[in-house]
Amino acid sequence: MLVTVTIDGQEVEVSEGTTILDAADMLDIDIPTLCYLKELNEPGACRVCLVDVEGDANFQPACVYEVTDGLKVRTNTPQVIEARKRVIELLLSDHPFECLTCVANQNCELQSVAKQYGIRDLEFGGERNKFPVDDLSPSLVREPSKCILCRRCISVCAEIQEVHIYDVIERGFGSVAAPAYNESLMDTPCITCGQCIMVCPTGALHGQDDTQKVWDALADESKHVVIQTAPAIRVTIGEMFGLEIGSLVTGQLVAALKRLGFDKVFDDCFGADVVVMEEGHELMERLESGKDLPQFTSCCPGWVKFCESFYPSMLDNLSSCKSPQQVFGALAKSYYAEQAGIDPEDIFCVSTMPCVAKKYESQRPEMDSSGHRDVDAVLTTRELGEMIKQIGLDIKKLPEEDYDEPMGYASGAGVIFGSTGGVMEAALRTVYERITGERLEDFELKSVRGRDFKEAEIDLKDGRSLKVAVARGTGNARRLIHRIMNGEAEYDFIEVMACPAGGCVGGGGQPIYSGRDKWLRMVEDRAHRAKGLFEEDGQKEYRVAHENPFVKKLYDNYLGDPHGERSQELLHTSYVDRQLYTHEERYSDKKGEPMKVAKKNH
Amino acid sequence: MAPKAEILVCGGTSCYSSGGPDIYKNLIEELKRKELEEKVKLTQTGCFGFCEKGPVVVIYCEKEPNGIFYCQVKPEDSERILKEHIINGEIIDDLLYEDPETGAKIPGHEDMGFYKYQQRIALKNCGLIQPYKIKEYIARDGYRALGEALSHMTSKEVIEIVKTSKIRGRGGGGFPTGLKWELTAKAKGSPKYVICNADEGDPGAFMDRSILEGDPHSVIEGLAIAAYAIGAEQGYVYVRAEYPLAVERLEQAIKDARELNLLGEDIFETGFKFDLEIRVGAGAFVCGEETALMQSVQGERGDPRFKPPYPANKGLWGQPTVINNVETLANIPGIILNGGEWFSHIGTEESTGTKVFALAGDIHNTGLIEVPMGTTLREVVFELGGGIPNKKEFKAAQTGGPSGGCIPKEHLDILMDYDSLIEVGSMMGSGGLIIMDEDTCMVDVARFYLDFTQDEACGKCTPGRVGTKRLLEMLNKIVEGEAEPNILEKLEALSNQVKKSSLCGLGQSAPNPILSTLQYFRDEYEAHVFEKRCPAGVCEALLDYVIDEEKCKACGLCAEKCPAATIEGDKEEGYTINSEACKSCGICEEECPFEAITKG
Amino acid sequence: MATTEEKINTEQTGNEIEGHEIEDEAIDDVKLTEEELKELEKIIEENKGQRGVLINVLHKAQKILGYLPREIQVRVARGLDIPFSKVYSVVSFYSLFSTNPRGKYTIEVCTGTACYVKGAEDILKKLKNELEIEPGETTDDKLFTLETTRCVGACGMAPVVIIGDDAHGRLTVEDVPKLLEQYQ
Ligand SMILES: Cc1cc2nc3c(=O)[nH]c(=O)nc-3n(C[C@H](O)[C@H](O)[C@H](O)COP(=O)(O)O)c2cc1C
Ligand code: SF4
Ligand code: SF4
Ligand code: SF4
Ligand code: SF4
Ligand code: SF4
Ligand code: SF4
Ligand code: SF4
Ligand code: SF4
Ligand code: FES
Ligand code: FES
Ligand code: FES
Ligand code: FES
Repeated sequence: MLVTVTIDGQEVEVSEGTTILDAADMLDIDIPTLCYLKELNEPGACRVCLVDVEGDANFQPACVYEVTDGLKVRTNTPQVIEARKRVIELLLSDHPFECLTCVANQNCELQSVAKQYGIRDLEFGGERNKFPVDDLSPSLVREPSKCILCRRCISVCAEIQEVHIYDVIERGFGSVAAPAYNESLMDTPCITCGQCIMVCPTGALHGQDDTQKVWDALADESKHVVIQTAPAIRVTIGEMFGLEIGSLVTGQLVAALKRLGFDKVFDDCFGADVVVMEEGHELMERLESGKDLPQFTSCCPGWVKFCESFYPSMLDNLSSCKSPQQVFGALAKSYYAEQAGIDPEDIFCVSTMPCVAKKYESQRPEMDSSGHRDVDAVLTTRELGEMIKQIGLDIKKLPEEDYDEPMGYASGAGVIFGSTGGVMEAALRTVYERITGERLEDFELKSVRGRDFKEAEIDLKDGRSLKVAVARGTGNARRLIHRIMNGEAEYDFIEVMACPAGGCVGGGGQPIYSGRDKWLRMVEDRAHRAKGLFEEDGQKEYRVAHENPFVKKLYDNYLGDPHGERSQELLHTSYVDRQLYTHEERYSDKKGEPMKVAKKNH
Repeated sequence: MAPKAEILVCGGTSCYSSGGPDIYKNLIEELKRKELEEKVKLTQTGCFGFCEKGPVVVIYCEKEPNGIFYCQVKPEDSERILKEHIINGEIIDDLLYEDPETGAKIPGHEDMGFYKYQQRIALKNCGLIQPYKIKEYIARDGYRALGEALSHMTSKEVIEIVKTSKIRGRGGGGFPTGLKWELTAKAKGSPKYVICNADEGDPGAFMDRSILEGDPHSVIEGLAIAAYAIGAEQGYVYVRAEYPLAVERLEQAIKDARELNLLGEDIFETGFKFDLEIRVGAGAFVCGEETALMQSVQGERGDPRFKPPYPANKGLWGQPTVINNVETLANIPGIILNGGEWFSHIGTEESTGTKVFALAGDIHNTGLIEVPMGTTLREVVFELGGGIPNKKEFKAAQTGGPSGGCIPKEHLDILMDYDSLIEVGSMMGSGGLIIMDEDTCMVDVARFYLDFTQDEACGKCTPGRVGTKRLLEMLNKIVEGEAEPNILEKLEALSNQVKKSSLCGLGQSAPNPILSTLQYFRDEYEAHVFEKRCPAGVCEALLDYVIDEEKCKACGLCAEKCPAATIEGDKEEGYTINSEACKSCGICEEECPFEAITKG
Repeated sequence: MATTEEKINTEQTGNEIEGHEIEDEAIDDVKLTEEELKELEKIIEENKGQRGVLINVLHKAQKILGYLPREIQVRVARGLDIPFSKVYSVVSFYSLFSTNPRGKYTIEVCTGTACYVKGAEDILKKLKNELEIEPGETTDDKLFTLETTRCVGACGMAPVVIIGDDAHGRLTVEDVPKLLEQYQ
């Protein structure tokens, strides 16, 4: 049903149930918001979106107030502006003034409303909450003193990821969004996906910063510093330089890295190709023996930790193959070191990822099969973009350059790893060809139960068919697993990517946009970014991993058979049954360490 | 042989905890010993209302059919009561109520000012029946209304009667109950729920507690009627955990009602089905707010949410839900039995019926009173309440608890009804009525309430979380004498902002105590801010150190220790402090071996 | 780039200002005995699968030790299949749930309006002085825990103090020492 509302004297027709915020938007009237994230988090809590509704003594929140016919709203009276200012002032009065040194500086929603509303001074000073900074997690940093209690992180972690790390603790002035006991994320089953970072409007949640580690390595003459770039970086780093979402800048990226001083610039997609070989063989073996099916992909460390924490009974179903990052790292310090004649001790292996979970993964104790830490430092897209800016380069203006050999060439299969469904498709291309002797044509994944997850059935032409499924976001993975556990579905091969907005293209290390539409935008952007990846896939001479000449060479000269003895040792790993909510969850040697006290307080 | 006399011992909270159970026990033993068990019926009731004078014992016998009201009875009085009153037929003078004005002894409660002006509907059984005995409730027309409704009325007709009665919610908001039921009855969705709000968060109010303890079946019956009206089969009573006795009695009452099939399947053989569950709170004032309460019933944090949707459409577990206050529900059986017209003629045009108030503070007769809406504040304070003790002056009455305001002397003749109270900047609230005498500092009262609301705010919205904190901080500055001159403007401005921009009723009303005291007692604020003086002599930081002549032994120690050398005098004349020069360091207070120095 | 560990050390030497420090010992505080565990299991079992029971379960679980250590909360979370974050969130929201051990007697001073007007603040002050603790704390001999409460509905005998299960009304500051003696 359509209703007519009047906003600031202008009439507009909207359907019943539209919020004042959306109705105003149709008239191009912008109302500020902070807590609101369309369709994900609508608590009506922050109160910066207040408007004046005729007949109401109190101001009403535009973000959740649904219009009725004949409603008259004023969004621009001096009283409304005053009310919003007061709310912003109140928020700031319990906030550290650290913008200059804050990660969110110039990309902070609180900062921008404060600027928009011309807050120059605080009329109401007073006590401020001081909470310790939690930076024990290798992936995330929490600075609860900067939390404005918008609850976005709670929603995304609970509703989308279904990991439930945060809730509001305590009440009133002392309350804050935090894990139980305000414990370190290290002590929780946090899967380090970083999705909470993506939605936080302030600097209260952010990724660990490892850029200095990399600068130091680059400055160290004795180190041979190599870098691998994840597939999803090439379609997102351009955004940090003003390019359109999804722009493919592979060559320019390589150029930038070379100018940053990396000794070798490799492609992580090469690692992905190797993963396809390993995982594919594992799958064929399992299909043969009928054991431990379905096989789950294991290239997403967020998903792996999720499985370890919540579904330890499924651990045997996880592919034992490491992720491309770790496969690459292990090879860099063994195969490449041997080839190049460099002492692996002197190799410093950096990877750049769309992901903060990869930081944690690189620090898992078992990730040292090369005899050294396989990967020494992990940079997110955001950190890499910053480093490039620091040396004064603009990626748009760089010439295209090529990756270095022998680990710089990847097939199309390795490239599409960065998008949801890509890992699955890449592996299937090889498996299908090995079994049927034919090329796999493009196949379509059909949605199961709305948007929860997708599935497909592939005819193997020998009377067998392969049932596959793809889930993105761990909440969806949960539902998929429950379906399997309840016997409602049977699959052979399942890909899970922890990040809900299209897997790694929407990873927790990708550029962050502010604004109330950020959640929907992330979902939308995913399509553009994934398109970029499939574009590169299309341009590739080889589209299946086993045809990649460099991969062939690797197996012929070094590894032997896929899933053979040497690769099992180097490229495969094992998993841990993590006890939920006990401190046993800690995944490094930092057990029992107290959290440090917030450094900067006022 | 029918008993010749009946002894009622108050089992309400106050009397219960000041010796009630012992009196009851002693009476049982004495009755046995004197072999009077057959002749005397002994009953432990709920609160009589006159808790100030508790423990209360009331005796009805042939000679005194209107009852004799004994106050402040001690356990050891049990024997005397039986011997002198029951056996010898003599009234025990020293246990009678004494009129504070005239000093006369008053034996019957109907002659006491406290009871004379009351009209009891919600409290009609409180203090008369044994709450543990469902038969006594039934004997006084209990569950007849439910029977009538189920057997002879459609749910529409029930709603119609309630609408005609024009009863408004007693929980604070004053929303018309009939309309609420109608909206919920019409709302799409099933199942539907009814909830009794027995959170009674207003500190200083205990009406709901007394009803639950003294007459739990009236609430159960009210709920069942509400359930029938809206089409619900399941109800909840949300009781605060601070009321263990109420929970116990309610549990028993529910059990008894189930046994007689007044709850459960096929009630009164009409096919109507309804059952009740108790949910106990865990200490959070905001859980009295209906959306927070539903969260809490669901076992969650009591965070309120934005309305609409209202509970009538989306309540408990997202289903249409009626939430009513204890007292609202206790009125329902009477309305069904006597008709909406009857009820609507009591009280005023827009506020019908009676209201129970919990009278407390600086007043002679603290306790519960039920008076018709529209009774004046003056009548309540001076006729029922017996005026202000210790010959002090009335200064203000606080109604509506932390959401309400203070009514000054000039408005003593205000009618106590929903709309008049709002007009003077206060509100009815749930019925807490705190009387304050001239020794009360109104700034400190505002600070007290803000301390409460600030502490109890859930923290979801910015104004509720940070705004109330900043208001409290400003008030603290004022009472500590550290306020800057423009603080009152800031205080007023922020109060209005918090009121208009908070998410829930808590934040929206938290500034009321500030705004109303600013309106009526601004001079007191000004004295604190500009003269650093507390006119009522309450705010410690603003008081001077003085030496109490009576306690001072003129030892001279204070004068010796005072760093500012402002204490003068000698061992003969005694000592005095020159307050002008005093630095308020407090050393003298600490040093005086006779505790003769205090702030005053 | 310093390791996390080094960072903690260097940053702790920075300008430290008191904050809500979290100590791990406070969290791993208690091991339940066999019997206590059984009791807890029973409570959980009785409520499993029903909706909206968390607060009820916590009330009952609190009776076991008089408070809710992390251990109990974790077991409740696992048993009822509710996230631990939510269990703690609820526990920390409601003032009647305690995460610290309690004394033998809890002294609750009513600071509701009626009691306040009748001098509850002075009684509280006296108790603080006598016991040398602040509200929320427990005496060293583990005898008393001091708390404030907001009206217990016995306003008729204000000011009111509840000790254990007994309510004491119409108190004066002078009564306090005698009152405490009854429990010592
Ligand atoms: C902060 C706050 C506290 C409240 N506390 C209570 C309460 O303790 N008891 C109560 O009956 N209503 C309380 N209310 C009012 C309820 O939200 C609700 O309006 C009432 O229970 C409805 O019942 P009624 O229509 O019978 O009054 C409170 C409201 C607010 C905003
Ligand atoms: S979060 Fe950071 S950038 Fe944003 S307002 Fe706070 S200190 Fe400034
Ligand atoms: S914005 Fe202001 S505070 Fe920030 S750097 Fe510039 S001058 Fe300094
Ligand atoms: S990183 Fe992921 S799992 Fe961890 S708290 Fe954030 S959203 Fe939850
Ligand atoms: S941590 Fe960030 S996202 Fe979470 S509630 Fe605080 S401000 Fe919001
Ligand atoms: S998940 Fe994506 S980014 Fe991460 S290693 Fe695999 S392909 Fe690379
Ligand atoms: S989906 Fe990709 S970006 Fe997200 S956690 Fe997994 S590997 Fe990282
Ligand atoms: S308070 Fe200090 S300065 Fe004042 S009289 Fe006592 S000792 Fe002297
Ligand atoms: S110390 Fe006390 S007793 Fe001695 S002179 Fe001073 S006031 Fe009097
Ligand atoms: S209340 Fe509307 S955006 Fe926060
Ligand atoms: S408790 Fe006995 S009269 Fe109120
Ligand atoms: S909603 Fe609870 S304080 Fe505002
Ligand atoms: S205010 Fe203390 S018992 Fe009610």
